[in-house]
Amino acid sequence: MLPLTAFLIVAALLFCIGMYAVLARRNAVAILMGIELMLNAVNINLVAFWRYLTPGTAATAEGLQVGMAGQSFAAFVFVVAAAEVAVGLALVISVYRNRRTVIAEDVDALRY
Amino acid sequence: MQPEFGQWAIFGLFTVFIIGGGIGTVSSRNLFHSALWLIISLFGVAGFFVLLAAPFLAAIQVLVYIGAIVILIIFAIMLTRRLMGLREAVNSQWLYGLIGALITFGVIALGLVLASSGNTPLLASQPLSDITGDSLRDLGVALVDLNQYVLPFIVASVLLEAAMVGAIVIAREDE
Repeated sequence: MLPLTAFLIVAALLFCIGMYAVLARRNAVAILMGIELMLNAVNINLVAFWRYLTPGTAATAEGLQVGMAGQSFAAFVFVVAAAEVAVGLALVISVYRNRRTVIAEDVDALRY
Repeated sequence: MQPEFGQWAIFGLFTVFIIGGGIGTVSSRNLFHSALWLIISLFGVAGFFVLLAAPFLAAIQVLVYIGAIVILIIFAIMLTRRLMGLREAVNSQWLYGLIGALITFGVIALGLVLASSGNTPLLASQPLSDITGDSLRDLGVALVDLNQYVLPFIVASVLLEAAMVGAIVIAREDE
């Protein structure tokens, strides 16, 4: 079986790629794509830790059951990601309609 | 040939998908190409889920991320297309962003290597238990079991509902 560290390092690299997109890209949609990459890196981490560190099976009324905390967390990250991208893209479209720009730096009315 | 060689080969293939797709996503000047690279990266993540014995999450990854989220992003790109590629793709602080991301990765990777080496490594190299039985059924039970995750499940559905209503309200044209 592959070592846990291999998955974690790939996830860390993906997270940092997404972080670079959030810090450096100018287009708001590109920033949202970077956030998606970061959320995916977190999901890899959650599922990898679930796979390697779930302490065996728990006996329940229906028989043996694998602990599902990690996969449940990952499913909630999916939900949050879907909600985040829906609201984020609605904001991008609204800003584009009102100000004719999708460049994040040009939307600075709240800065002053 | 080691018995693990096949696993490493598949792991390497999906790693190339994930990292190559990610780098393509952040470095393409054309946003549409970025979205296509993003699909490759997300597909690699789905492959990782299969390697980690979570086939349901892999299916959801393909359905929700590739099938819905990326399509939504492509819609947004097309709706705001007029300004695409007119100016620089990265802002003036991109070098600091790159250095910060590299330092972050270095710190995390150093921590991981330290935690997985030595006589008593913190990180396991072998899973504590084999996944036996129907893990998909267990996940379904866990999400609706009163003693497990039914409350977060309901909260998540309310969050999704609120986000959907909010997205419609924000994106609607004023009359």
